[in-house]
Amino acid sequence: MATKKTISFRVNGVEQSVEVEARATLLEVVRERLGLTGAKLGCDIQVCGACTLLLDGKPVSACSVLAVDADGRDVLTIEGLGGREGLHPLQEAFMRFGALQCGYCTSGFILTAKALLDECPRPSEQQIRDYLAGNFCRCGCYQEIVQAIQSVARNST
Amino acid sequence: MELAEIGKSVRRLDYESKVSGRAQYLADMIVPGMCHGKILRSPVPHARIRSIDTSKAAKIPGVAAIITRDDILHDEGIEPYYGPVFKDQTIVAVEKVRHVGDPVAAVAASSVDAAEEALALIDVEYEELPAVLDVEAALKPGAPLLHEHVRIPESGFADLVEIRPVEGTNVCTHFKLDRGDIEKGFGESDRIFEDSFTLPATQHSFLETHACIASMESGRITVWSTTQNPFVVRTQLANIFKVPVSKVRVIVPYLGGGYGGKVYPKVEPITVALALKAGRPVRVVLSREEVFYTITKHGAVIHMKTGVKNDGTLVARKCEIYLDTGAYAEIGPRVAKKSGYTAAGPYRIPHLKIDSYSIYTNKPPAGAFRGFGVSQSAWAVESQMDIIAAGLHIDPLELRLKNGYEEGDAFVTGETLRSVGLRQCLDEVARSIGWSSKDARNAEQGATGRQGGADEPRARDIGDRKSDVPTPHREAAIEAPKPKSENRRTGKGFACMIKATITPSVSCAVVKLNEDGSLSIYTGTVEMGQGSETVLAQIAGNELGIPMDRIQVLGIDTDVVPYDLTTSSSRSTFHMGKAVQLAARDILRQLKRIAAEEYRVPEDQVDFAGGKVRLPETALDYADLMFKHFGMRGGTLVGDGQVKTSVKDEYGEKSTSAFWFLAAGAAEVEVDTETGKLRLLKYATAVDVGKALNPLACRQQLAGAAITGIGQALFEEIAYDGGQLVNPNLIDYVLPSLGDMPPTIDPICVEVPHANGPFGAKGIGESALIPVAPAIANAVYDAVGVRIKDLPIKPEKIYLALERAQKG
Repeated sequence: MATKKTISFRVNGVEQSVEVEARATLLEVVRERLGLTGAKLGCDIQVCGACTLLLDGKPVSACSVLAVDADGRDVLTIEGLGGREGLHPLQEAFMRFGALQCGYCTSGFILTAKALLDECPRPSEQQIRDYLAGNFCRCGCYQEIVQAIQSVARNST
Repeated sequence: MELAEIGKSVRRLDYESKVSGRAQYLADMIVPGMCHGKILRSPVPHARIRSIDTSKAAKIPGVAAIITRDDILHDEGIEPYYGPVFKDQTIVAVEKVRHVGDPVAAVAASSVDAAEEALALIDVEYEELPAVLDVEAALKPGAPLLHEHVRIPESGFADLVEIRPVEGTNVCTHFKLDRGDIEKGFGESDRIFEDSFTLPATQHSFLETHACIASMESGRITVWSTTQNPFVVRTQLANIFKVPVSKVRVIVPYLGGGYGGKVYPKVEPITVALALKAGRPVRVVLSREEVFYTITKHGAVIHMKTGVKNDGTLVARKCEIYLDTGAYAEIGPRVAKKSGYTAAGPYRIPHLKIDSYSIYTNKPPAGAFRGFGVSQSAWAVESQMDIIAAGLHIDPLELRLKNGYEEGDAFVTGETLRSVGLRQCLDEVARSIGWSSKDARNAEQGATGRQGGADEPRARDIGDRKSDVPTPHREAAIEAPKPKSENRRTGKGFACMIKATITPSVSCAVVKLNEDGSLSIYTGTVEMGQGSETVLAQIAGNELGIPMDRIQVLGIDTDVVPYDLTTSSSRSTFHMGKAVQLAARDILRQLKRIAAEEYRVPEDQVDFAGGKVRLPETALDYADLMFKHFGMRGGTLVGDGQVKTSVKDEYGEKSTSAFWFLAAGAAEVEVDTETGKLRLLKYATAVDVGKALNPLACRQQLAGAAITGIGQALFEEIAYDGGQLVNPNLIDYVLPSLGDMPPTIDPICVEVPHANGPFGAKGIGESALIPVAPAIANAVYDAVGVRIKDLPIKPEKIYLALERAQKG
């Protein structure tokens, strides 16, 4: 039996109220109900990082978070990064350093990197490698990803 | 405004949409009225299907269609059998299931939930049959047969027309290569080395799973597909659903990775069958687990016997390669062929007897995976090179340089090799990791402790021989941190390779010069992460002097773009790049003619520079010339370019490959002798790219392929228990992450231009993967003196080998 519940949450700064099935994941609701498809389903079991969203600023695997658990909270997706003024420095750096190929993992990497830099604005290379070890880039842009994040960290004040 | 320069890392055209999350992939797309399809799969490796009962499933609200064998066998509009080489696959199982995960039935319903509920209610009665689960079992006399009879298509790939299965056996393909006189060769050899190597099946694990949307309208089939070769899918769907190719339209959005796992039909036939029966569009998105049942990389067993002279000259090789092709041929026949051609490696060996087999087993089908065939043969070839080097006390690098192909050498087929940068690749990786033989390193470090195994290669530092090797890298090697503890040993190793590209093949391109002087490029090359859109735009833009922001590369729609055989085999830059270059030159020819007519000057006085038409008296923009020509701000010039390669080259010689890939890799490792734990300290990869059109994109391809190779070298492996996959998920099937990366991966582009490539460019996508596993195995041997012959190189294997060596 499908139990439904109405949740209210802020997505990319906008208040949203959606009726969801109790068992719906945050990823399903964000992608299918809100049309924000930048986060991808990769492994469906919380290991690949392609579905990463920031929930109250912390990276979560949205494939394994229930939408009802986002009730009253703040969600940031890749579409909410940057804004009218242009792209976020991380997005610019990913392009400049060539930190992506197919792009399927990219939103997850960029959001995870944002969480890292919010927590620790000047991380060491090892901290970057450790923090992002939960995201897979199957095309293998790991070196370029580290370089991109380092460049943003260097330019932060 | 970025100029479309060659040899410059211009920003990729696909990047902005990808970093902002706007790029559309197939699973992001919705077609109005579409249903969701789900597939029922076999739980057993080999069984006859007694009955299928769908009556309960059909009653589930929302179910729009159910497909079983009855639908494909009794429909005159469907040819049940298909496959890229042999017609041994069916949309759903007909008589038997042949592997765990083989599709048995499919449901389309208005929601995913309803489709899954219906699937669970389909009753299938199986009569289990004995299964063959590895190549040895499959080849035993009296082994159960997977296919009693294999259907051969009327037409197929030009390079595979002569290949046939061996009737009455599980041998899908037997490729033979004989050269010289093998017995005479062994007779002339001073030493003979005999070894066996194995490697397991692995999985591509692109983060985007296979997916398809199919829709019917006015007797036409439209599919949105995650395919690497839209035109092959178009042909196969036309054959299966018995319509002309003009009635099939294939649209391909950006792919979330391909690596060979998205060539040839995958989920498209079943999706179309569902949509036909439902009378509505249907979308099928495979789960992660289903991807493991859909395609894998061939595991293999390789026996290699090599005769050499005491001075290291390779004389003779006998090699048997058994590739586990799983339940269906897929592209296994070509994998066998490519393994066979490269079983001599990139070396001159006068006497050869090569037998390469693809073998049917009751496992998921194996197919193309980045560098297929060669990544299997090279594991044996390059591991054995170091075994030979150790046995003869020759430096492994020197042994390779001594026997390695040079410009103008004859390949095993007899044809002449042109544009051969093997030596440069080897020199570059040697420089990068600071190669010197172990003796030299010990002497330089003044090491007193015993390092490595008893049977160490002993040779001179290559620096003595090659004085132009820059010194900083060698100094860096000398200053490299010493092992942290008594138990840790470091070592370095090499590998190299030669590989072919699919030949013959065809690529066509169309470019449109628009009335505002901007350019649109139409090709069938699939952007799957490799940066093809950008490189094609660079080539056309450079010819015409049009900047990057005035060029658009159109997405793929077979109704719109001209024919291309496939985006695979590292062929797009060479073939489609050239086609686009020719198409751009076609535009220049037209502009020249128009300018000459409009301004009444001889054509030879019309020139081009900086995106302008130069006349004796004036210079004008393309848009202005078009305005003058058409008499209004409207009109289009269309340029077209075609590239076809043949089984004969322009010199009239046999041509197995339109160009050859040469590459080398070198690894530095640290091994803990207490635990067997291996740490990769550095990996260097050098590929002869011909010309690096976009250096950053080239380095991405090189490092990326090397990283895939690192995963396969160190831990990737599909594990089976009986015929059951134990690890069809990304927790148990481990992919390399940042935590597994060495501190440095050094991608190096060697540039030996090819006469037929655009600006001399060759292909680069696959080569860097191939040397990784043997380079690491060779480095492990260099470090601790044990030889691992079965991939992956896990710590427990090193530990057990060390233990055996100690006891031995």
